[in-house]
Amino acid sequence: MCAKQVKQAPREVPTTGHVWDGIQEYDNPMPRWWLWVLYLTIIWGIGYTIAYPAWPLISGHTQGVIGSNQRADVEADIKRFDDANAGIKAKLVAADLASIPANDELKTFAVSAGASLFKNNCAQCHGSGAAGVQGKGYPNLLDNDWLWGGDMAAIHTTVTHGIRNTTDEDARLSQMPAFGVDGILEKPQIDQVVQYVLQISGQDHDAGLATAGGTVFAENCVACHGEDAKGMRDFGAPNLTDAIWLYGGDVATLTDTVTKARYGVMPAWTGKLSEDEIRAVATYVHSLGGGE
Amino acid sequence: MAFLDKHKKIETHATLLMVLSLLVVTIGGIVEIAPLFYLQNTIEKVEGVRPYTPLELAGRDIYIREGCYNCHSQMIRPMRDEVERYGHYSLAAESMYDHPFQWGSKRTGPDLARVGGKYSDAWHVDHLIDPQAVVPESVMPKYSFLMDAEIDGKYIGDIMATHRMVGVPYTDDDLVNAKADFAAQADPNADTSGLEARYGKFTVANFDGQPALTEMDALVAYLQVLGTMVDFSTFIPDPKR
Repeated sequence: MCAKQVKQAPREVPTTGHVWDGIQEYDNPMPRWWLWVLYLTIIWGIGYTIAYPAWPLISGHTQGVIGSNQRADVEADIKRFDDANAGIKAKLVAADLASIPANDELKTFAVSAGASLFKNNCAQCHGSGAAGVQGKGYPNLLDNDWLWGGDMAAIHTTVTHGIRNTTDEDARLSQMPAFGVDGILEKPQIDQVVQYVLQISGQDHDAGLATAGGTVFAENCVACHGEDAKGMRDFGAPNLTDAIWLYGGDVATLTDTVTKARYGVMPAWTGKLSEDEIRAVATYVHSLGGGE
Repeated sequence: MAFLDKHKKIETHATLLMVLSLLVVTIGGIVEIAPLFYLQNTIEKVEGVRPYTPLELAGRDIYIREGCYNCHSQMIRPMRDEVERYGHYSLAAESMYDHPFQWGSKRTGPDLARVGGKYSDAWHVDHLIDPQAVVPESVMPKYSFLMDAEIDGKYIGDIMATHRMVGVPYTDDDLVNAKADFAAQADPNADTSGLEARYGKFTVANFDGQPALTEMDALVAYLQVLGTMVDFSTFIPDPKR
């Protein structure tokens, strides 16, 4: 092939007339295909500015003849899906909260919608598998140990208003006193009550200190944690007799907790999520294993 | 074609080439940029957007210093998947007091345009200290040193004055009280009436939970205000824009 081409006589092409050091430049035309692509893009560009919003005018801009508008488009796109789900969402909102888990149609929809909402909004604190973050105060939602209640109504209230936040007036609220920092208990008393908590939660403890700690507990802690120390949901006070700990059940962490107290905050989701979305995520959490 | 052959004249006169190039660029600029400053439909008035408080502004500077914008955008585009995930699409007015804006161009982490109020202060602190402790699948680096970097807002008034030079409407009153406002926002026991009069809606909290005022306080204060200024339950964006 190559050899054959070399034999062909070169075409007569005019030169540009420039000469540099005896070197001349052919004035070859630009490739036709390339030139046509250029012309077509120019024509396409003009058409584009006519079809889509483009040219500034005195008091606005051209809207484009096909009426494309990103804001309207996204509204329409969202509305399309909202309309498709409108029927079942209306049913979900109208249904009695407690009846949702028993209603197959609603439960199927709510659990799958809730799962994706959970991954987007809740997983950062509660973990993508909803197991919480052990020792950091982000509760595990898979078990049947609930701080504020685990039935549909309680979960719904928690998601709607959140816990101890400053943005929702109806947020669940309670505050453990900082027994050490605020000088309510002396250091030895804190040590005693920590030993008592170790005792009632079935851990190794100093029996002598624990007995004294029982008195401290009865005087300071039972109002919220209950006389049996099994916690009270009205105050979000945890059960102290089991092996489930929000921040940790060892001596150092318990001492820290009693000294400085804890104040776990959950944001309110009204405003960020709609009522049907809140119900969906509540149903999902309820379905994880601990729902009451 | 004789007219087209004249390009030789331009190409062989450097000064003429420069002057004519400038002319072409100027026309382009006038047509494309100038209208943005006078066309009413490019300047959307949005209720609620206010300049950053001194503490938030300091947090914003830390955000920029640490290069957060390299992995996080602050621009929710008008597409269904983004609106469903992050919230209402971003409005131009929401970054009107950002100099420079933090729209970003890459999302290794999620968009942060509406992260404000989505998580608790304690979560932000836990997460910035050790992201993997709360989100095991995260690839974000640790920023625990922010907890130790104490700040007192010594230069915040100067920074605000600089922002005023580029158009942020900080008043003389804002500048005079900058340092006091800076400290007040991170102290739940402080008198914040002045701060309230100057900035309206903002969050007062000991953001990082420790006594000292640190860069962590400032950064969390900034993160918690992102995307919260406009109340979308009352504001309906004009669909024609």
